[in-house]
Amino acid sequence: MTGTVLLEIKNLHAGIDGNEILRGVDLTVRAGEVHAIMGPNGSGKSTLAQVLAGNPAYTITTGSAQYLGKDLVALKPEERAREGLFLAFQYPVAIRGITNAYFLRSALNAIRKSRGQEELGPVEFMDALEEKLKLIGWDDSYLSRPVNDGLSGGEKKRNEILQLAVLEPKLAILDETDSGLDIDALKTVAHTVDRLRRPDSATVLVTHYYRILTHIMPDYVHVLSGGRIVKSGGKDLALELEEKGYDWVRDEAPVA
Amino acid sequence: MTTGIEAQVLQPYKYGFVTDIEADVVPPGLNEGVIRLISAKKGEPEWMLEWRLRAYRNWLKMPEPHWANVRYGPIDYQAISYYAAPKAKPKLDSLAQVDPKLVETFAKLGIPIEEQKRLAGVAVDAVFDSVSVATTFRETLARQGIIFCAISEAIREHPELVRTYLGSVVPYNDNFFAALNSAVFTDGSFAYIPKGVRCPLELSTYFRINTSSTGQFERTLIVAEEASSVSYLEGCSAPIRDEHQLHAAVVELVALDNAAIKYSTIQNWYPGDEAGRGGIYNFVTKRGKCLGKNSKISWTQVETGSAITWKYPGCILQGDNSIGEFYSVAVTNNRQQADTGTKMIHLGKNTRSTIVSKGISAGHGQNTYRGLVKILKGAEGARNYSQCDSMLIGDQCGAHTFPYIDVRNSTATMEHEASTSKIGEDQIFYCKQRGLAAEDAISMIVNGFCKEVFKELPMEFAVEAQRLLGISLEGSVG
Repeated sequence: MTGTVLLEIKNLHAGIDGNEILRGVDLTVRAGEVHAIMGPNGSGKSTLAQVLAGNPAYTITTGSAQYLGKDLVALKPEERAREGLFLAFQYPVAIRGITNAYFLRSALNAIRKSRGQEELGPVEFMDALEEKLKLIGWDDSYLSRPVNDGLSGGEKKRNEILQLAVLEPKLAILDETDSGLDIDALKTVAHTVDRLRRPDSATVLVTHYYRILTHIMPDYVHVLSGGRIVKSGGKDLALELEEKGYDWVRDEAPVA
Repeated sequence: MTTGIEAQVLQPYKYGFVTDIEADVVPPGLNEGVIRLISAKKGEPEWMLEWRLRAYRNWLKMPEPHWANVRYGPIDYQAISYYAAPKAKPKLDSLAQVDPKLVETFAKLGIPIEEQKRLAGVAVDAVFDSVSVATTFRETLARQGIIFCAISEAIREHPELVRTYLGSVVPYNDNFFAALNSAVFTDGSFAYIPKGVRCPLELSTYFRINTSSTGQFERTLIVAEEASSVSYLEGCSAPIRDEHQLHAAVVELVALDNAAIKYSTIQNWYPGDEAGRGGIYNFVTKRGKCLGKNSKISWTQVETGSAITWKYPGCILQGDNSIGEFYSVAVTNNRQQADTGTKMIHLGKNTRSTIVSKGISAGHGQNTYRGLVKILKGAEGARNYSQCDSMLIGDQCGAHTFPYIDVRNSTATMEHEASTSKIGEDQIFYCKQRGLAAEDAISMIVNGFCKEVFKELPMEFAVEAQRLLGISLEGSVG
């Protein structure tokens, strides 16, 4: 059984400040799947994540991206988010003076409102948040702290995953969420992501390393190199990469 | 950046309506005759007229100051009408007799003045052009000996108090605009809190300019006797007009031993349009005197309106151990210019002052913080902490900081922190990625930036301030 297609990228070219970084990416993600996108530094992994989320700093030159059958490029970043596309940022941004509770509730309510659902009051929201906090292993003190302000790199990553848990997206893109985490934090984060998997949702893990994939089993592994996917395979490919390094794929890749 | 943050059209100013009411307007122009006329209309005693005339004669000799970091065309003081009042003269002792049009005007501004709809916990003095039209909760306050009324009424009813304190903090010849105000001031509020009384209600004055070609020159005087305390809030708005209107107010606060005055302002005068047409020129002198030992005066201001803002609410810390505070958020969007800050003058021993200033510039707005901390010889052990943060939205606006420090006692402790940041594309994108609209994202980031100031506002008004900030910056992102 194959799930419905959530994301379909064809021949995507994109760049920043006139430099082309993605040079023809093709990728199809269906409901229920976990995809890992691996590759060396500078291969375009983060660019792909940012482009899918709609960061205005990046320009798409050619190609297409369909999300839930809609032209993703035509949707504003906030519309993508409201349609269930979530990006866990590699470098989450701090917002001084705004508490996590307020930020998360505003985000959740913006999404709910766009779907014609009732907005949650502070009390209802706290109830809903309780169990998600437990999942990530945090207590209530988190709620009154400012968004990503004064947090360590690892805590910021955890915060992204908590937001993921609360917003329950259809397509979650995790941009190097595993980097900067110690082993215990990595386990918690990975298990949380794994627990949050649903048959109607999909996860795209952008990562350098094999180790997160020992906790979240990917259905597909893609190797991004030089702005395109040069090799795709099952979870075994990740293991092979771990052993042989990226040079192996680069050497094998067909010359354009 | 492909889609930068840039100023667009300002959202319509929501308080820009005009009340169609017959007004008694004195023809434009300023001379001793006009001052005598104003004084006569107010039924003032002779000493008050003399004081006004002294101020006027001084003003004639004073040059208009131009040291502030703001640009505007010449003001023609002879083209302004110095008195405008709704014709049906309200009787202040009966709210039922207030013109329904005025009641409706204030209701539209969110300031209900009828008995049954009054704001719980807030006593309001409503000033329309040159006169106070209603003061609520007077009886409740009077039971505790608190006087809260229009200053014109106080001059008639409590001359001994007014004579003692009027001009004691801001003398009639203090500066050009204060002298002008002293000569022509029309109305404003007077509050007197007797010894040992904690004022049970928030006192509030709402100033509304309605008539065109008039200036508003209000005067407020608050006196807190020994061991008393009061929290006071002022709000203001004006119709949308193509012309600039002048608002030159004076506020004086006096705190005696162990007294505390908290003065909050939400300033929302019409700011002008995106091309800089119209808007209020807001030239204001506000000063508090901590006369008694252990007294405290705290200024909190949220300045979102006016084409030009020129104001430096300050504290004279005369009593030993007295405390002065200044918390400010100033927003300039489109062509607005603000030159604002504070003066903390330390005279007494162990006096302390705190300054937290947040300037936000968007569009072509220019925002200047100007502050003076002066520690005089006798101010043994004085302390000051200053923090000035500026935020820029877009690349056409400006933020400027001029902190002046003058220390004459070596035991003083001074701390000054300053920062300037540009609102980040990355912050906005982060918020959008979580489903928030651009405007909500900006509003959230800016509110977070201002949090240290907003938490100083009385609860009811903190919400209003946040909302106002959102409106002021609407349309400031692309």
